Amino acid sequence: MADDKAKPGQPKPGVLLDIRNLRIEATVYPPGEAPKNIVLVHDVSLTLEKGKVLGLIGESGAGKSTIGLSSMGYGRGGVRITGGEVILNGRDILKGGKEGFRKLRGREVCYVAQSAAAAFNPAHRLMDQVVEATLLHGTATRAEAEKRAVALFKKLSLPNPETIGERFPHQVSGGQLQRVMTAMALCSEPDLIVFDEPTTALDVTTQIDVLAAIKDAIRDTHVAALYITHDLAVVAQVSDEIMVLRHGRLVEWGGTRQIIKEPRQEYTNALVSVHEIEHQEQNPGATPFLSVKNVTAAYGGGHVKVLKNVSVDIYPGQTLAVVGESGSGKSTLARAITGLLPPEQGTVTFDGRPLANRLADRPKEDLRQLQMIYQMADVAMNPRQTVGTIIGRPLEFYFGMRGRERDKRVAELLDEIEMGKGFVDRYPAELSGGQKQRVCIARSLAAKPKLIICDEVTSALDPLVANGILKLLLNLQEHEKVAYLFITHDLATVKSIADSIAVMYRGEVVRYGSKSKVLTPPFDAYTDLLLSSVPEMEIGWLEKAIKGRRMASAGN
Amino acid sequence: MSSPILKLIAQRIALGILLLLAISVLIFAGTQILPGDVAQAILGQSATPESLANLREQLGLNDPAYVRYFHWLGGVLTGDLGTAMSSGQDIATSIKGRLWNTLFLAFWAAVVAVPLAIILGLIAVRYRNGWVDKLISGLALASTSFPEFFIGYLLVYFFAVKWQIFPAISTVYDGMPFGERMQAITLPATALTLVVLAHMMRMTRAAILNVMQSAYVETAELKGLSAFAVIRKHAFPNAIAPIINVVMLNLAYLIVGVVVVEVIFVYPGMGQYLVDHVTKRDVPVVQAVGLIFAAVYISLNIIADIAAIVANPRLRHPK
Repeated sequence: MADDKAKPGQPKPGVLLDIRNLRIEATVYPPGEAPKNIVLVHDVSLTLEKGKVLGLIGESGAGKSTIGLSSMGYGRGGVRITGGEVILNGRDILKGGKEGFRKLRGREVCYVAQSAAAAFNPAHRLMDQVVEATLLHGTATRAEAEKRAVALFKKLSLPNPETIGERFPHQVSGGQLQRVMTAMALCSEPDLIVFDEPTTALDVTTQIDVLAAIKDAIRDTHVAALYITHDLAVVAQVSDEIMVLRHGRLVEWGGTRQIIKEPRQEYTNALVSVHEIEHQEQNPGATPFLSVKNVTAAYGGGHVKVLKNVSVDIYPGQTLAVVGESGSGKSTLARAITGLLPPEQGTVTFDGRPLANRLADRPKEDLRQLQMIYQMADVAMNPRQTVGTIIGRPLEFYFGMRGRERDKRVAELLDEIEMGKGFVDRYPAELSGGQKQRVCIARSLAAKPKLIICDEVTSALDPLVANGILKLLLNLQEHEKVAYLFITHDLATVKSIADSIAVMYRGEVVRYGSKSKVLTPPFDAYTDLLLSSVPEMEIGWLEKAIKGRRMASAGN
Repeated sequence: MSSPILKLIAQRIALGILLLLAISVLIFAGTQILPGDVAQAILGQSATPESLANLREQLGLNDPAYVRYFHWLGGVLTGDLGTAMSSGQDIATSIKGRLWNTLFLAFWAAVVAVPLAIILGLIAVRYRNGWVDKLISGLALASTSFPEFFIGYLLVYFFAVKWQIFPAISTVYDGMPFGERMQAITLPATALTLVVLAHMMRMTRAAILNVMQSAYVETAELKGLSAFAVIRKHAFPNAIAPIINVVMLNLAYLIVGVVVVEVIFVYPGMGQYLVDHVTKRDVPVVQAVGLIFAAVYISLNIIADIAAIVANPRLRHPK
């Protein structure tokens, strides 16, 4: 299956990290059952040479982070390393005990977390946190460490490198924090850095800058790295080799070019070709059923304008995709349409009549016609209600269905979302992420709405699962003739699902029209930036994209 | 210090003053509703109607209630708390010494209890769910579960009667040497410490455990910090606001809730003063003490609020 690089034997010269037959287990406590052991990582082996970058890729639950953290002897939440060896710089670190782990963490191996915004301590200044590990391990004096940190801030193109260290985490943007975290990892001059999805939480336009900064820093400092992500296009830009993992087992391991161009395993192939959904754009009908006209909305009693003079139309049975980076006003548009945030100016018309601005003033029938699906399916459901209750609720509320009639409809809906009757009595906690989102879709469908607003519904899901959800949404649209307002920051998703597109930037619609029109040049500067920032599964794409940019991204 | 912080703090203080005024109304109204007549109480059952009427006139009892309220409030604001009916002494003068005694006792109890509770809380988090944690929690809970008079008498039995290390009665007087004074308050201070310890300790533990789940705690662990350094440097500063809140509540309890302990140890503080005058139905004293207790309670809670605001880096260093 894999290259046989990890044969037991003498460590090869130049090898920094040699993981052999790593086995990781955890104890789970299922409700109502006896605790049981599950194996998270099944005998995975890998080697990493000095100064090289190995990408670990797979869906959530593949064991990527668990393997990455094992190189620091760390197990999240009761995870235990129960077998194998982790040989770092020629010694098995698993034999070193707690004291040994503490000496290597932050010294030989450093970690860059997915969300730097959460991984920095809000109570301390950035500089204190950046130099903390260096000082702890006594490899430099405070003055030297700070000098090194400032140099790294410069290398990572952070603004005001001399003074940014005096700031607190909340005073710095997400993309900048991610770079400060990279500087923090590099500051103690480690041999290995574990990057755990370092750009996943960022906007595409920001991701590309951070990615370039990380790549340059790795090249210039000759540090080795494990780069963990679920995005093959991203990992293809930075790594020398890629290892594909699934369910804690190795699927395929090879050079970056081989993995993305000539995948040998079917699963890898599925990952590589994941975004390809054919969706023929429909022509807009004669009249839109929902029109947003010159809507302006603000938070904080009119102080912070988040929507400026926005107008869009939605046609029956079609999809309008709203794209833009975080803070561009996409979700606020949804809130204005649903009446959660009454617009200050402008109107929303539905079937030719204006909708009441405030949610509380809308009749039940209007509420029924507009349904929502959210990004975080698990927090959008009551954890103490069964799937049957959750889907049955709108049936009772809008149609007064009871008893057998309701149960029959719930079963039909479960069928429509390709989940059998067996799920009726399950609780949300017993479902996977994709299944949870399907239940949310069924719940919104139960109201038989004309429009479903989908707010980043696939963003929290693995690519293959997200793909399944998109296909389901398209099928449902065909059968139920429901329209979607599809909010996303992911342009690949937009291409797969949209009939028309609105590009938003700082509260304004900067480009609007049919999909083909919006995605055909010439572009305005922002749409160009957005489109050129979407990672492509192409080696060397990153350098080309950075070179060809016309404007800097807003939130870096 | 920036203007949003100053604004928030000014708001808190203004609210506190408003609250105190409202409480003064309540205290005044409450004592008016109580049955009985002050003049009757002073002169006794055998008083003639004429002398009663005279005294009422003299005390201003015939004025409408709001006039008497503002009269009383005006006195309070100028430091005149009125005259005790039972003894005829000036309340402000008698309270001064006793308030000082109560604060002295509360201060030393707090000096022991607060750091002890926080350190025990930190240790409990360090060894969470292990036997050290359970032992600390168990002992602290046990000491809180015992009524304070029971703890007081246990202390008296062992330390005063059996081993005769400390006095059973905590008499203090003006000009008492500091060492003797400290010896006198050791037992009541210990009793108070045991009473408030568990609450603060468990709240510290809970508040820190809450932030131990954060990503930044993992970051700190992955830098190679020792378990205790992670808790002290990275978890504790972010748990400070709820901890300060519970500490202030307990400090307030040390001052206004010491009634029982002061009575047990015959300590001449505010609590004992209050109990004495409640039994004598001495309304002006009860009013004055009630108002002082309310003021202490409100100010400590304002301090807690302000400390929580100042401890928040987002407010201290706005974008």
